[in-house]
Amino acid sequence: MSAVPVPLRRDPAHGYIGGVCAGFAARLGIDPILIRIGFVLAMLAGGAGIPLYVIGWALIPAEGPERPVVSRLLTRRDTWLVAAGMGCLTLAAALLLREWGVWFSDKLTWPLVIVAAGGALIWRQSQAAPEAREHKAQLPRQAVNRAGVGAALVIGGALLFLSLNDSLAPAREVVLPVAVVLIAVTIILAPWWIRLVRGLASERAARIRNQERAEVAAHLHDSVLQTLALVQKRADDPREVAALARRQERELRAWLNNTRPAGTETLAGALETAAAEVETDHHVPIEVVTVGDGPLDERAGALVAAAREALVNAAKFAGPEPISLYAEVEDGLAEVFIRDRGPGFDPDAAPADRRGVRDSIIGRMERHGGKAMIHSTPGHGTEVELVIDGA
Amino acid sequence: MPSVVLVDDHSLFRSGVRAELDGLVDVLGDAATVEEAVACVLELQPDVVLLDVHMPGGGGLEVIRQVAEKRPAQRFLALSVSDAPEDVIAIIRAGARGYVTKTISGTELADAVRRIADGDAVFSPRLAGFVLDAFASLEPVEVDPELDQLTAREREVLRHIARGYLYKEIASRLGISTKTVEAHVSAVLRKLQLSSRHELSRWAVQRRLID
Repeated sequence: MSAVPVPLRRDPAHGYIGGVCAGFAARLGIDPILIRIGFVLAMLAGGAGIPLYVIGWALIPAEGPERPVVSRLLTRRDTWLVAAGMGCLTLAAALLLREWGVWFSDKLTWPLVIVAAGGALIWRQSQAAPEAREHKAQLPRQAVNRAGVGAALVIGGALLFLSLNDSLAPAREVVLPVAVVLIAVTIILAPWWIRLVRGLASERAARIRNQERAEVAAHLHDSVLQTLALVQKRADDPREVAALARRQERELRAWLNNTRPAGTETLAGALETAAAEVETDHHVPIEVVTVGDGPLDERAGALVAAAREALVNAAKFAGPEPISLYAEVEDGLAEVFIRDRGPGFDPDAAPADRRGVRDSIIGRMERHGGKAMIHSTPGHGTEVELVIDGA
Repeated sequence: MPSVVLVDDHSLFRSGVRAELDGLVDVLGDAATVEEAVACVLELQPDVVLLDVHMPGGGGLEVIRQVAEKRPAQRFLALSVSDAPEDVIAIIRAGARGYVTKTISGTELADAVRRIADGDAVFSPRLAGFVLDAFASLEPVEVDPELDQLTAREREVLRHIARGYLYKEIASRLGISTKTVEAHVSAVLRKLQLSSRHELSRWAVQRRLID
């Protein structure tokens, strides 16, 4: 735990009603279920738990957003709720049977309820283990706590049953033989158990491999074969063929590296998407190099739009030579350079249409607090520099 | 004309490159496997070896390793379809002096071969981007300033390469000579090869995991 003492706060995000128990648990560093059991017992012992809880709810400040009580209760598929439910169901069944005339003594009922609750807790905990692992970092401890409490409930219920039926003393003499038998059985069955577990693991691995293979086959069939068919049909238009090949190459690369080209959530992703679109529309190869990345907020969006304008302009006027786009993003400062190898122009004597595009790019950048500079020399191409400082 | 040995397991690609480089460089021979490549290179002793990264039996890395035992001065130019950062950085750190992708044109490839034969490094814009990214994410504390950081000048040169400038254009923009630009690039290559292995390979792994 940290050296600074954690202040006592309610935790409505993790709690059931007001998060009082969860808050106490976070402060003390133990599983909230133990605090909840304490409150329930206090409630049973003369009803002292309820006013305590209400005082806690009112006085302790909350940390995190508050959600309505009912929705919280309903959406949690937590284990101890199931266990408590199981216990209550068993109790209800026993009481009902008693009503109908089948007599169960209390000595049977209560142990049965406790054992049922403990069993449900363990069973539910083992079921929930794989999915719940993503939730909290302290889950393994909670899992151990819950399994431990479940086991304690089951053993406690069994012992209670035995003691209520005056069988506890003789039971002690039985413990040693039972333990010996259990160990012997375990030793006998262990090799089969291990083999079973290993067989399951290898089968799972084989299944995953087959799934992967099927995925690869599906993807190849889907996109690569289609592109190859298109390439054969358009074989007499070399630019179209080159463009098709480039697009398919990019997609396949992204798929192999597990980067889905749905990267419009970041600045670098948006730039690459824009470049890919311009490349497809104008059949001019665009090489994108990015260093660093940043979020796609409003100013970054303006930067991407200005970059797209510059790319389209370069694609239209700078011929079939590849265009380079270099983007560097660091701590909010984003710089984008778009360089083409076209004929270039004299910045002072630009024809009207190109000046219009230039002004549009510069105007857009300045409206969002950035700047744009266009350097060009006749015969040596053009470079558009876009800078935005998002910090 | 510089002499070259081609190493690639795709025979179609080898014959294609031979045809493209015909007249521009002297192709002494080619090889399709790691063993053939090592034997061929040690026997023919070319100026530059055009080396594919992904081959069965250990790939380009294995070829460099085995050749370096007998002929440490051999220069390699890596040529690959892959532009994944971990492949690029790995083969550069193994000793290749340049990395180009297979979409490169014949004349540019011949130019790259010539530059390597002259002792310089060849950086594609993408490789320059990787290097900038890699050095940017090293934490300054655990780093040896000599080897693990780029100087401002080297950074500037790399940025220009990443922006698509040729060496002579960079030279005229920065007001230095082409030879100086080449020296900066070679220095960056040396840093890449010698610097803290742990940091750089962790960067490559992070890229793969994040990507």
